[in-house]
Amino acid sequence: MSSAALGVRGAAAIFRHHSLQRLSLIGLGTLTVCVALLSIAIGPVTIPVADVLRVIGGLLGLPVAEVPPQYEAVILNIRLPRTLLGLLVGASLAIAGASLQGLFRNPLADPGLIGVSAGAALAAVSVIVLGSSGLTFLTGALGAFSLPLAAFAGGLVTTMLVYRLASADGRTSVTTLLLAGIAINALCGAGTGLLTYLADDQQLRTLTFWSMGSLGGATWAAVGSTAVLIAIPLLSLPLLARTLNALLLGEAEAGHLGIAVQRMQRVIVALTALAVGAAVAVSGIIGFVGLVVPHLLRLALGPDHRFLLPGAALLGGSLLLLADLFARTVVTPAELPIGIVTALLGGPFFLALLMRWRRHAL
Amino acid sequence: MKGQRTGKPARHALALVWLSVLGLSMPAASAPASADGGAPSARLVSVDGAITEIVYALGAEDRLVGVDTTSKYPPAAEALASVGYKRSLSAEGVLSLQPDLVLATDDAGPPEVLRQIDAAGVQVEQVPDEPTIEGLHSKIDTVARLLGRASEGKALRGRIDAELDRLSRQIRPAGDPPRVLFLLHTGAGNDLAAGRDSVADTVIRLAGGENVLHDAFSGYKPLGPEAALVGAPQVILVTKRNLDGLGGIDGLLRHASLSATPAGSARRVVAMDGPLLLAFGPRLATAVAELAAHLGTAP
Repeated sequence: MSSAALGVRGAAAIFRHHSLQRLSLIGLGTLTVCVALLSIAIGPVTIPVADVLRVIGGLLGLPVAEVPPQYEAVILNIRLPRTLLGLLVGASLAIAGASLQGLFRNPLADPGLIGVSAGAALAAVSVIVLGSSGLTFLTGALGAFSLPLAAFAGGLVTTMLVYRLASADGRTSVTTLLLAGIAINALCGAGTGLLTYLADDQQLRTLTFWSMGSLGGATWAAVGSTAVLIAIPLLSLPLLARTLNALLLGEAEAGHLGIAVQRMQRVIVALTALAVGAAVAVSGIIGFVGLVVPHLLRLALGPDHRFLLPGAALLGGSLLLLADLFARTVVTPAELPIGIVTALLGGPFFLALLMRWRRHAL
Repeated sequence: MKGQRTGKPARHALALVWLSVLGLSMPAASAPASADGGAPSARLVSVDGAITEIVYALGAEDRLVGVDTTSKYPPAAEALASVGYKRSLSAEGVLSLQPDLVLATDDAGPPEVLRQIDAAGVQVEQVPDEPTIEGLHSKIDTVARLLGRASEGKALRGRIDAELDRLSRQIRPAGDPPRVLFLLHTGAGNDLAAGRDSVADTVIRLAGGENVLHDAFSGYKPLGPEAALVGAPQVILVTKRNLDGLGGIDGLLRHASLSATPAGSARRVVAMDGPLLLAFGPRLATAVAELAAHLGTAP
């Protein structure tokens, strides 16, 4: 067998492989659009599809017949911002999960499991409870952005801490990673608990929302500030796909490929912390999206981050929207916290993952 | 069903005509505006147990289309659509009941959700929630005004005041007032006790007792095992449901910290109906009288 023949066959294989991945990305994009439309069309208030289409058409500047004002208010002020926020938060959590898993070279790295979300939540809760007393200098200076920025800082500190604890000589230990995550989750949980104790009734109300996560607070203002913060990691992490691919080989190997390993790792840590922090600041802790989504994609598309990262963003957004659709319609007119729904879906998935791992280890 | 989706009085009147013509079985929607106030609000969602009780006491229950999970009395209220816990409302969920008015306390939320409901053209009214008699007065006044039943509201207030007045003249503790400890959800690993500015604190005081934690803290806080001993309560007050869940007085006193208190050694545990004790609504005098009877402060 000549090497030329091998080369041709290899190139053909790569082409076929990548065309599958391109098709998958197009499919995921279509899925996202469909789910977003569903999320706008379905809700506790029954709105005829024709009216939904008229409102959307009106948004796009088409000349359409008048829609009852209450339908318009529900779609424009409630469903649309909520749908956009769901897409942003889901995409952000999933792409952060995919990047962390690449960085740690470990499929169990999830922002929730290793304590990044808990750190972000602790910082956000600190701002809520101490914002008017101990931290006035901060809230005074940053205004509406103090909550997401504090969450970002909290996420950044915990990510760096976990990374320091779990990595030695360029290798990441799974056990140390998860144990450090448990310890950090416990510490941040204790801190949040302490602040809950100190909180007055007014603040407790705001805190209730953090415990299980919700997209219920979606206003256009929240969508705006979140979009500004999440756009940074969402757009720049896919640009680092090749770096993450190289890091998969090992730090030394990535260094040989000409990558400034230490610096790139710090950049990735900061970007994932920003993604998780901004998401947690606006929607509380929503678990398992960052774990499940990259996994599903890796099983289907392989580990290439050039496809994994944008795919995770699309699938993360769609899955979170579907979970939210379920959460807000199943017990109508009340609503389930979305964190319960994602945990119900993600918990069994995580167990299945652990069992697979055990079989491989044996 | 299109005629029912209304936001404006005029259109609502039209809806009523339609409903009566079609004979649809929607009693909640077919409430006529009251005679004395010309209230525009026909479909009402109540997001507070006391407000729900006031609505019933004012005879406006046919307007209720939804209540929150704290609305447990009268039992008929529990058959209405539930909009969930008052602090985690869903904007679209509430809107799906097509209300004209949402009545809530000022601790309902999240605030964004209430703003969204308001933005959808539904009147949202928040009433201060204070566990004082003045607080109850203003709650009744506000609800009565919004329902166009000011005179019924005045009568209800007068009735409650007269009963409380009669009770306060009857309640005379022999010696020092009995020292009471109120525990909320005890036994589940999260023992919450009532401090000052809580409903339980006010009811205990009105019944001639003294809340052992009045000076300790405000609202409800977790209670340490030894804090119960330091307070030296003579009576432990819990809700019936809570006590049943623990398997009666023996179950409650299994906790060493509680059994060593004066109340524990004398086995003086008072269990009251939770919604009656804690609603702080029109049945306040009933709750006070029942507690006073248990405490032995009233004949």
